[in-house]
Amino acid sequence: MPDNEMAHSDFVPAPISLWRRGMNSFATFAAAAAVILVLVPLGAVFGYLIYKGIGSINWAFLTQTPKPVGEPGGGMANAIAGSAFILLIASSMGVPIGIGAGIYLAEYGRNRLGNIIRFTADVLNGVPSIVVGIVAYAIVVLSQGHFSALAGGVALAIMMIPTIARTTEEMLLLVPNIVREAAYGLGVSRWRTTLSITLRTATSGVITGVMLAFARVAGETAPLLFTAFGNQYWNWKINQPTAALSLQIFTYAISPFDEWHRQAWAGALILIVLIVLAVSAVRFVASRGMMEGAN
Amino acid sequence: MGVGIKVNKLNAWFGKTQALYDITMEAPANHATAIIGPSGCGKSTFVRCLNRMHETVPDARATGRVQIGELDVYNGASAVQIRRRIGMVFQKANPFPTMSIYDNVAAGLKLNGFHDRARLDEIVERSLKLSALWDEVKDSLRKKSGASLSGGQQQRLCIARALAVQPEVLLMDEPCSALDPISTGKIEELIFQLKEKFTIVIVTHNMQQASRVAEFTGFFLLGKLIELDKTEKIFTTPSDKRTEDYITGRFG
Amino acid sequence: MTGTQPIEKPELVVHSTVQGGPLLKAGNSHIADGIFHFAMLACGLSVLALVGLIIYELMNGSRLSWHAFGLNFFFGSEWDPVNERFGALPFVYGTLVSSLLALLLAVPLAIGVAVFITEMSPRWLKGPLAFTTELLAAIPSVIYGLWAIFVLVPLLRQYGEPFCARYLGWTGMFEGPPYGIGMLAAGIILAIMVVPIISSITREVMTAVPQQQREAVLALGATRWEMIRTGVLRNARAGILGGVILGLGRALGETMAVTMVIGNRPEIARSLFAPGYTMASVIANEFSEATGDTYLSALIEIGLALFIVTILVNILAQFLVWTVTRGTPTRSHA
Repeated sequence: MPDNEMAHSDFVPAPISLWRRGMNSFATFAAAAAVILVLVPLGAVFGYLIYKGIGSINWAFLTQTPKPVGEPGGGMANAIAGSAFILLIASSMGVPIGIGAGIYLAEYGRNRLGNIIRFTADVLNGVPSIVVGIVAYAIVVLSQGHFSALAGGVALAIMMIPTIARTTEEMLLLVPNIVREAAYGLGVSRWRTTLSITLRTATSGVITGVMLAFARVAGETAPLLFTAFGNQYWNWKINQPTAALSLQIFTYAISPFDEWHRQAWAGALILIVLIVLAVSAVRFVASRGMMEGAN
Repeated sequence: MGVGIKVNKLNAWFGKTQALYDITMEAPANHATAIIGPSGCGKSTFVRCLNRMHETVPDARATGRVQIGELDVYNGASAVQIRRRIGMVFQKANPFPTMSIYDNVAAGLKLNGFHDRARLDEIVERSLKLSALWDEVKDSLRKKSGASLSGGQQQRLCIARALAVQPEVLLMDEPCSALDPISTGKIEELIFQLKEKFTIVIVTHNMQQASRVAEFTGFFLLGKLIELDKTEKIFTTPSDKRTEDYITGRFG
Repeated sequence: MTGTQPIEKPELVVHSTVQGGPLLKAGNSHIADGIFHFAMLACGLSVLALVGLIIYELMNGSRLSWHAFGLNFFFGSEWDPVNERFGALPFVYGTLVSSLLALLLAVPLAIGVAVFITEMSPRWLKGPLAFTTELLAAIPSVIYGLWAIFVLVPLLRQYGEPFCARYLGWTGMFEGPPYGIGMLAAGIILAIMVVPIISSITREVMTAVPQQQREAVLALGATRWEMIRTGVLRNARAGILGGVILGLGRALGETMAVTMVIGNRPEIARSLFAPGYTMASVIANEFSEATGDTYLSALIEIGLALFIVTILVNILAQFLVWTVTRGTPTRSHA
């Protein structure tokens, strides 16, 4: 490369050095390699799930409860149902409070208190799920004296609330202010405007946020370990220990029985299918946009 | 039948900044009064004080007396009640995005608890006819959403929506500024017809529009009402030099 | 200056051109508005209450252990529930080592992926690539653990660990029998789990760098990589660091996958082949079986320590990311 002395009239810049060109190509290569290295485990996980799990999913698996140790057969029906039950309990608490907090942040919370709540919600999102389990244990299990679906639901609800609050806030803020003003101009009261106009306009986005939170907690195991605890049988009582799909997968995976390993793969495949369905549904709803056509 | 508007010593603030100084004026019933002035002179703020929309901005307040007919806007009823008696059309058409045309027009009534189906149908039809939109949408009232109409149609929809609650006064904040000339023409025609039934206050930055549409015009500058008179007089022989400067384009 | 008329509520007569009575009832919505505001405020405050509750319960539960062992709890290396001797150092060690190992592996990969997607990938590939890396984040921990036990660990035992012992044995960190199960496996599976978060934040902050910065560097005659290095990565430095720290926070608290492959032995060892134990894992494994109040309290105290560390780490990370993206509401990087 020519140094500081340059003949102005006949300056011909030297070609970019081999080193620089080499670095450029290497960087592209390294980045692409990183992508492949990251996609490999993804493919491997899904691949193995299908390969190892698909054979074991049959009607018996989906409808039976676990058989005693050593006996072949049996299924995870109660775990699938139990997960649904716990998620229902969690959603009934987490969704209304989460949306309410989101409404507060968007419509009333453009102030100091709102900022504190916003910050705290983001912090709450980062609390390890096992710690949430400890807290739910202390609040529910200790005071009731036994494990329960309710305790599991409380733990998951605690995890859902900050996520739903922040996404709801984000979606409500996307509603242009002139839409609210149109309602105020008609003499509609503030609470009615917020619910019937603002929230209504942001509905698909809010639902997206709720489903994302739902998909996230659906696969959680740690907070259920000592709250819902698990159960070999069917349970529909809110105050009894309940089986959950993720718990069952864990228990079977670390067991020494091949039969149970086989079923763990099957259960895992079902769990991932349900989650992928939820996430895809979210993308589908989101892509149809915020403002629908006529009712 | 419209009623007259009387304003007495109206002052308004955004936080600590004063936006309106001692505005005193009258807008006669069943006429259109135009409010003109350069950007930032307070015309929008003024009109939004008439139906207490000014208060919806955090830290905003107003003092003074506004009388619409025998209704004392600041001293009698709540802001929500006031706004049901006064209609407002905004600068940018803002139909409710998730509602059909029918539901948009009926929104003011339904959201305030009025659910008589038969009468709603009647009122929606009448409002759309009043705003000259009926013929264009009568076949797709419930099928098309409010947001799927063109800009000019959306604004007429907003006018119909405002008229549906049967206010006596209609406030219009630069309703045509975002519209093309043809839509603007249609809306100006509308205002002409609406004057028979309503009292209209229209903010506009377009002086020709003011002279086309309004019998009376008020000129605002820096938060003060400089002059209010018959439109003809304002545009030909204004009393105040500042008005004259604005009209002749010395600033604006 | 309001008028001097007596304040009386006027009869709201709506001059209606429709025959028959006032159209809209004169309603006052003050009460309803107030109730609604209060209800929403309560929901918002519940977020604060939850954090307060968490802090309270953790501190309350650890009281016993704190009184018994004091600060030495975190420096003692003996975990002996039978004799009620509790020292948490092995878990602290395990958590730190597994997390740091995970970051070591994950950060270059995550940044590489982010750089590829934002600056190098053809347009049609961007969306699918972004979607698939986010899909990685959606896989539950227990499924990662399942895959790790039956696929990763045998691979490590057969090929991975002998390879490391042969070529990297000089570091002294790859000694002992290659069980497969152990710190190395935990670090690898954690790395896979943490890549999506770091990558997604890195992408976000890289996209936030204004186009003019890139153009300025290119106009000086830089190659594409030089443009990325000086025009984008340098500007997004703080945010990328924030993403890395957020990844660290996630790794520290990760429970299931680690528990399934780390070996669950409360020992401190230099070799990455050795089994270990993390703070989250010991709680997961022993909490429901804990006999005795001190035992339980010791576990809760570990939980409290984990909570404090992850909160501090996350606050630091949020702050760093915020300085680049300037406070737009952060999406939950689950």
